[in-house]
Amino acid sequence: MTTSNTPGTLLTPQQVADRRAHAPHTSMFTRMLLRAAVLRRRRAASALLAMIVAAAVATAMMNLYVDVQAKLRTEFRNYGANVVIVAKDGQSLPADALAKVESVLGAKTKTLAVPFAYAVARTHDGQSVVVVGTDFARARQLNHWWKVSHWPGAPNEALVGMRAAAVLSPKIGPNRQPFELTFQGKAIQLAPAGMLQTGAGEDSRIYLDQSQFQRWTGVAPSTIEVAASGTAAEVEASIRQLAQLLPTADIRPVRQIMEGEANVLNKTRATLYASATLVVLTSALCVLATLIGWVFDRRRDFAIMKALGASERLINGFFAAEAAALGVVGAILGFFIGIGVAAWIGRVNFHAPVVPRFSVFPYILAGSVAVALISAILPIELLRRVQPAIILRGE
Amino acid sequence: MFPRIVYESFRRQARRKLLAGIAITLGVAVATAMIAVATDIGDKINRELRSYGANLVVTPQEDTLDVEVGGVNLKPPSDGAFLNEADLPKIRGTFWHHNIVGFSPMLPVTVKVGEGNNKDAKDVTLVGTYFNKALRFGKDDFTTGVKITNPWWKVEGESKCGDGRLARPGRVEDSPAACGWPDDNSENILVGERLAAKLAKKPGDTLEVDARQLTISGILSTGGAEDDQIVAPLALAQQILGKPGAVRRVYVSALTKPPDALSVRDPKTMTPEVYDRWYCSPYVESIAYQLQEVIPHSHAEQIRQVAQNEGTVLSRIKGLMLLITLAALFASALAVSAAMATAIYERRVEVGLMKALGAGNLAVSAIFFAEALLLAIVGGIAGFSAGALLARQIGRSIFNSQISIEPVLFPIIMTIAVFVTFAGSAAAIRRAVKFDPVFALRGEG
Repeated sequence: MTTSNTPGTLLTPQQVADRRAHAPHTSMFTRMLLRAAVLRRRRAASALLAMIVAAAVATAMMNLYVDVQAKLRTEFRNYGANVVIVAKDGQSLPADALAKVESVLGAKTKTLAVPFAYAVARTHDGQSVVVVGTDFARARQLNHWWKVSHWPGAPNEALVGMRAAAVLSPKIGPNRQPFELTFQGKAIQLAPAGMLQTGAGEDSRIYLDQSQFQRWTGVAPSTIEVAASGTAAEVEASIRQLAQLLPTADIRPVRQIMEGEANVLNKTRATLYASATLVVLTSALCVLATLIGWVFDRRRDFAIMKALGASERLINGFFAAEAAALGVVGAILGFFIGIGVAAWIGRVNFHAPVVPRFSVFPYILAGSVAVALISAILPIELLRRVQPAIILRGE
Repeated sequence: MFPRIVYESFRRQARRKLLAGIAITLGVAVATAMIAVATDIGDKINRELRSYGANLVVTPQEDTLDVEVGGVNLKPPSDGAFLNEADLPKIRGTFWHHNIVGFSPMLPVTVKVGEGNNKDAKDVTLVGTYFNKALRFGKDDFTTGVKITNPWWKVEGESKCGDGRLARPGRVEDSPAACGWPDDNSENILVGERLAAKLAKKPGDTLEVDARQLTISGILSTGGAEDDQIVAPLALAQQILGKPGAVRRVYVSALTKPPDALSVRDPKTMTPEVYDRWYCSPYVESIAYQLQEVIPHSHAEQIRQVAQNEGTVLSRIKGLMLLITLAALFASALAVSAAMATAIYERRVEVGLMKALGAGNLAVSAIFFAEALLLAIVGGIAGFSAGALLARQIGRSIFNSQISIEPVLFPIIMTIAVFVTFAGSAAAIRRAVKFDPVFALRGEG
């Protein structure tokens, strides 16, 4: 070892004592561990590599599994409102309803609430048409699927549904002629800012800015559409909270949206879970194959230690410590690489990085060490029964 | 000599070969299962996305405006144009009829609900539709209706389902007829849950609708406007309205391809070649176009809330599975190479012996590669079968449907298996061949 003399050079006991005093004080056990790693760099490196890859893949999978659900929920919010607040019996909602809704849900980001007020007005030739007052900036954020040629900017501008435009007045078109609507004898001049196309009921309506609408008709919002973020349980909790806050209103989940989301999300999660399990198992297999080879390869070390009189406990301890060290180093390096991979997948696929979750680290560490220990102990158990002499003879 | 060496190597070192073979089998199985799942996931999720309901609506060409607020129709429903019910089965005759999951006609009628003609009678919207109607187009028998297109509709009936099973949404075969849904040829109706609460009615009661006594077979809960309405078989709604065969609009639920640059182009401006390609792709736009072709005087339009969003969700999930499949392929390739490298590294003594007897590097490598090839083929076939089973299992337990393995996948998987096994062995073989036979035979290194 490092302090042994080369044969032929004689040293006085004093010199030997000096050298020993100056040499870094490490135990035989640690030195053996370190030298084993340094002398067999190549094999050690390939075992470590397998460990790192496995830990990285496992980290990436676990991070994705947790984060993808949140990412997909964000995507699902593009389907629009999942909760609707409707005033009971055709009344209007209290004036502070929107503020209350926002104060309850405002703590969570990305929660949108859009007020809608409805009235039936008449056109100049006496046709009935539904006119809706809303907040355009919010509606635009909530309803991504609305195909709008131009969003209104000025207060007198209206958004006209495709069918409303076609049926009411063919004049409303690219030349944007103003048109007149009457509600209970009160007339209003509106300029069409753009066309709205959704393929649903919105196509038959005319949308106005809420304050303009209220000045004209005096009708306050009767409906608030809310896109509540979070899991199904969180949305349920929001609904209960809102029901307490607004006793005069009916608060209903939009089952079409909620159930569709739950359905797709559950299937995706199950698929992801199955895939992640397969991938993690495969990487564990890779570690097992590499480490078993590594330990088998060192049966001569094992035999020499045994021949020199090492106890079984010491040998087991030595190989176990080696495997554990490998597992720990592999887990740490692999964890950071895995977080990088998960972040990359998030950016490529969801255009938003996956937030690193350090809470999975203990699992990765425990898993890595366990796999490393299993793959070290298995071959040792096999070798234990063999006489050291046979191994040393190279048979 | 060469085949004998390879044969004996397998016979005498069966355990080592078994280890490498297991690694290859497992690696190939995981790769096969992941590729199968990833190629099929788009189709599977597309079907699951149908639980959001119809993505297309067909209306009469000369349609009047809907004057409807909060599910209450404020306009006399008898005016305006209608579609003809007899034209509906033709939907199955469109080019992409395999992609059409189902359709539901709708006919809203305003009716008076209440006892006699007293002042309690009030206006309620009654919607006529198909629940699970058996139809026929040519030789093709099929059923369609809201049970398929609107899987979030829940009906609470008088009695539990016949065999106590819970019906899974969207799957007609699971929905026993006795779950409270009325028969399409009956005069039974569903009453929305809020309306039922107002009228204090429960399943089994009768309700007077426009002087007809109708039996309530179930209470409908949808979380939408239908909760305040009555839903009845289409024929009944037509009778009440006095217009046999009339349908106001048809909701169509179709499997579509996410929109791309081609899908949004106007078919009128396309060259014949581009037009054919557009027509033969299941874009929501081209399916709408084909629906207009088969239903006279109709206008078909996508329901953008459903149609526009499914493309994004679908591409996200597909992209995710693709990346995970790549990770799985990478991990299984590494596992196979690690196993092969270990197997070869252990046989340096053999290599030393062969070289001492005068074998050239080429001959030794050839033996190893031949063994690797044999292992790859055997492990590949076993792994492919195991992977196919695994994929089927995943499909059945998650999506309740088969994930079919394309036969074309087999040669691809085998090529990958052989390639990965060779690549994994190559470095180890080179090192084993380069190793000095003297050291190897002395058991050093």
